[in-house]
Amino acid sequence: MQTNVLEYLEQTVTRVPHKIAYANEKDHLTFQEVYDRARSIGSYIASMNLYKQPIVVYMKKHPYAISAFYGVVYSGNFYVPIDEEMPQYRVELIFQNLNPQLIICDEETQDLVKKLHYHGNVCLYNDIIQTNILDSLLLSIRERALDIDPLYIVFTSGSTGVPKGVVACHRSVIDYIENLSQVLQVNEDSVFGNQAPLYFDACLKELYPTLKYGATSYLIPKNLFMFPIQLIEFLNKYKINTICWVASALSLVSGFKTFEKVKPEYLHTIAFGSEVFPIKQYNEWKRVLPNARFINLYGPTEATGMSCFYEVNKAFDINEVIPIGKPFHNTEVLLLKDDNTLALKDEVGEICIRGTAVTLGYYHNKEKTDEVFVQNPLNHAYSEIIYRTGDLAKYDDDHNLIFVCRKDFQIKHMGHRIELGEIEQQVNMLEDITNACCIYDEEVEKIVLYYIGRKENKEVKKCLKEKLPRYMLPNVVKQLEEMPMTPNGKINRKQLKEDYQNSRRK
Amino acid sequence: MEELLEILEDLHDDVDYETCTTLIDDKILDSFDIVTIVAEVNNEFDVQIPAEELKPENFNSAQSLYALIQRLENE
Repeated sequence: MQTNVLEYLEQTVTRVPHKIAYANEKDHLTFQEVYDRARSIGSYIASMNLYKQPIVVYMKKHPYAISAFYGVVYSGNFYVPIDEEMPQYRVELIFQNLNPQLIICDEETQDLVKKLHYHGNVCLYNDIIQTNILDSLLLSIRERALDIDPLYIVFTSGSTGVPKGVVACHRSVIDYIENLSQVLQVNEDSVFGNQAPLYFDACLKELYPTLKYGATSYLIPKNLFMFPIQLIEFLNKYKINTICWVASALSLVSGFKTFEKVKPEYLHTIAFGSEVFPIKQYNEWKRVLPNARFINLYGPTEATGMSCFYEVNKAFDINEVIPIGKPFHNTEVLLLKDDNTLALKDEVGEICIRGTAVTLGYYHNKEKTDEVFVQNPLNHAYSEIIYRTGDLAKYDDDHNLIFVCRKDFQIKHMGHRIELGEIEQQVNMLEDITNACCIYDEEVEKIVLYYIGRKENKEVKKCLKEKLPRYMLPNVVKQLEEMPMTPNGKINRKQLKEDYQNSRRK
Repeated sequence: MEELLEILEDLHDDVDYETCTTLIDDKILDSFDIVTIVAEVNNEFDVQIPAEELKPENFNSAQSLYALIQRLENE
């Protein structure tokens, strides 16, 4: 039985060593190169006597960063991808949580690290790939490894203002990758066009099936997601046939009438998720690619990646939504009502996930973990952890899950999962601000921040840029004389949202 | 030009659009900004920027974007 994700690499490298595994428009790594570099990096880290520690990979999005991930795994540690564009303040919050002993940098990020209040070890990717491979050391590490050991930590937005690190183990990732690959029908001829950043679990969809099947993944330059014709030309140039993108990226292409100028020539599998894909845009894609498979994916980071899928195989009305569908094999969804009983027929319940893909919880954060990784309330006989997503859903007539709304103030904005509370928390911490509230206008996909205080609008925006990642920055910032309140003394979010929408429609 | 600068300043008010010629190359604008600009230009100027005009050179400076709008207005 497979117990470590590196077994994918070790089997594939004997079969297709010289095939390209990961590439961008300039550089690429073959499976042999990934294997050699990962083992060199693994030998370097293992020689430092680090074991079962978080090792930060602080590199720009590049095939080399992926080989660094596997290098960390060879060393018996787990990797934490950090984005080069993340504001320094947020990186430091994450480091406080991790207390990392080692950071792997590239030439560009090593200067960023110097600006941090970090006193641990720093090494350069290009140096450590020169390390002599210590076969027996790597072998002994593998012999001790269990499939319940952590593989990575990725950070997600936290409503208290501090990001939460989701810890996933080998077994969860293997379970997820096996089942996802079946749904996507991945094989050696699959050519992925990756859109997701490497610091989110979303990139697992390309990284690990590539390793398992000896497929190829191209990392698409972020820039191209602004320029749809060039984006489709990129897909055609590299014969990309499989994409798993956030729905807003697909909508961007179809919304600009790109297909009148250029059509994808090789694309046969299109998976989308993280947010609603409007039927109007889906229809446009389907018209251009009538024979392609279109698959809606749904799942939280806390259950490794995706938990449910729905292959679109019928026409939808323009105002209908594409269902979330049914859980993957070896995953169960419990739709629990407020009284912890199962929702029936048309009733709405919270999506709760049961299965091997449920992760190990939040790193160094027992309090937050215990809130949502809980004993299955339907089971009083033995220990069984389920993850409560906070997503409310119901079943349609074919027993497909349909997403209804969130229980709290978490939103999906351009494919990113954001706690509005995290933005508010950062605003409230600014000087001269007495109160803040964020709303999300889904219709125009804008985060709107309202605040009370003496600080100027411009100044607030500037301060937030230093604290929050770009995708979390409010699109509209408005200063108020006073906050509208509900009778029981809470900020009246509903009224703020209505006011905003009314002023917008004028 | 003023209307255009207003649209741009609404997105990032800390950028000097009169002089900056690397709005794309220096990652000042992202895909959300581009979508917003295209929608706002449509509102303000009644000009639809077609997909083939979505390329870095047209968005790297306010000047080149304005030139594009004028060209489309005259078509």
